[in-house]
Amino acid sequence: MIRVDGQGNGKSLIQVRGLSKTYRRGGEEIQVLQRLNLDVDKGDFVGFMGPSGSGKTTLLNLLGGLDVPSQGSITVDGDEITHMSGSKLTQWRARHVGFIFQMYNLIPVLTAFQNVELPLLLTKLSKSERRTHVETALNVVGLSNRMDHYPRQLSGGQEQRVTIARAIVSDPTFLLCDEPTGDLDRKSADEIMALIEELVANHGKTVLMVTHDAVVAARAHTTLHLDKGVLVEASKLEQGVVAGGVA
Amino acid sequence: MKFRSLIFANLFRKKVRLILTIGSFAIALVLFTFLAVVNSAFSRGIDIAGADRLVIVNRIGLIQTMPISYGDQVRTIPGVKYVTQDHWFGGVYQDEKNFFPQFAIDVDNHRKVYPEFIVPDDQWNTFVKDQQGAIVGARTAKRFGWKVGDHIPIKNTLYGPTKTWEFNLDGIYHTEKADGDESQFWFQWKLFDENVPAYAKSTAGWYILKLDSPDDSARVAKAIDAKYANSSYETKTETESAFAAGFAKQFGNIEFLILAIGSVVFFTLLLVTGNTMAISVRERVGELAVLKAIGVTDGSVLFLVLAESMMIALFGGLLGLLLAWVAIPVISTALTGLLPPLLLSKTMLSLGLAFAVFVGAASGLIPGISAMRMRVVNALRRV
Repeated sequence: MIRVDGQGNGKSLIQVRGLSKTYRRGGEEIQVLQRLNLDVDKGDFVGFMGPSGSGKTTLLNLLGGLDVPSQGSITVDGDEITHMSGSKLTQWRARHVGFIFQMYNLIPVLTAFQNVELPLLLTKLSKSERRTHVETALNVVGLSNRMDHYPRQLSGGQEQRVTIARAIVSDPTFLLCDEPTGDLDRKSADEIMALIEELVANHGKTVLMVTHDAVVAARAHTTLHLDKGVLVEASKLEQGVVAGGVA
Repeated sequence: MKFRSLIFANLFRKKVRLILTIGSFAIALVLFTFLAVVNSAFSRGIDIAGADRLVIVNRIGLIQTMPISYGDQVRTIPGVKYVTQDHWFGGVYQDEKNFFPQFAIDVDNHRKVYPEFIVPDDQWNTFVKDQQGAIVGARTAKRFGWKVGDHIPIKNTLYGPTKTWEFNLDGIYHTEKADGDESQFWFQWKLFDENVPAYAKSTAGWYILKLDSPDDSARVAKAIDAKYANSSYETKTETESAFAAGFAKQFGNIEFLILAIGSVVFFTLLLVTGNTMAISVRERVGELAVLKAIGVTDGSVLFLVLAESMMIALFGGLLGLLLAWVAIPVISTALTGLLPPLLLSKTMLSLGLAFAVFVGAASGLIPGISAMRMRVVNALRRV
């Protein structure tokens, strides 16, 4: 169950309370996020939409422990990450977060296998255990026959599949997807979304996804709109529009 | 090392750049090694000088002689164990470019003072009995293809009237240490004294003293110089190492020159490699950001950059040392007579490799720290 009113039961996998983020540009203060609340349960698939500069990526960075909020707290699976030190946060990310980026961000000099293996190098798994995990992940994304290919030898859709395999290989608590289909054609985007849906449905993954694409966003369980630093559920936004007001 | 494949993959990412950087390292290492061996060649005399030996020279200068009677007088000073004298001959074998040092030596005491020069007893005994005999260092013998029994004509350039002095090669000496001086040519002082003009008779070029204890050196030196103060032949007595250092300085301040060139090489290499690493890190800001995002620690990011720069340094260093190992003996042979023998020791090779790795680490440090401090959010925004 996804809530944005801060009235969750405290058992949600991700709990965000009073989250604010302010940037200073020159002498000007820019408030990107304003007192956000969010509750996401395990197995939820949330889509975030909103105009450019609305703070979608900032929210994703904060949820992934890549940035620190100006105010508020984020608790994931019982761990409050907002007060963690840099090194603790790095360890936490390795254990709990799988990142999927718009530009894939694969290491071009490593094969698909080696790219997917990267997060496992931070664990104590043996070489043979790592191999098993990587092969499984590549099998899930349907690229078991492309293990030894370099990113330049793969199509955009295949590169994104490798990124997804890299994100899921260490079995993280949740996946953060920043415009996962933003650089793909419609057919490839559909395939990637089908894969993400399968990860949610069959593997119980929790996914938080930022997108500009309403078609892509519609495949999430819930779509939240971010505008002027505030989160609004899509259904309420529609009601607001129908009523002629602003949600 | 789990990141081995990543380090090697990054290393070979830009092959032309890698080859050029390794080439810079290799050339710098050849130069560094060459300078080091030249410095070592000039300071070798200082390094191998006996701590318990003093050298007496004429206070005016090395080319001025002293009376031969000084030897017996000095021997009576307490603390002096043995005294021997040498005299510079300065002859030419066939051609002036075939330079090697020739000394008229005191056969009675030379071996006692210089035990590190090893001559087989039978060869030495033949030499002592043969007034036209000579002993030569193994390096010079090898250089000219001489063997025991050969007749060696040396053109006299300083002490007329005899144009050429004929010597019988009675023995070949070696040194205990691999880098010892095996270039000298010795013949009997008695022969020298009988054949030189009157002005050079009964003279010694310099005296070498072996002391009972190195602790006596300051006292004995002071006593000798005091003894001959205000005489016609005032003396300057110093330890053998100080004498060798003074001799080397006649060629100019070699050490300073080498240090200056070495520093330029070091900083140029540091800048070249540092720039290469900085460009390399800048090119993959996004990749480093992803590594940090997935949980690679800041320390590991620094390690990855440093490992890469040190690998370049190691490869370049090894290549440079290999080239130096091949080239230095060739250069040494080509410069025989102009420079002392150039010997590339294991210590120098290790020093060269340590130098390369140090430069590698230093050049990777700044790009490594900037990669380490890079904020993931900012870096991802730039991708």
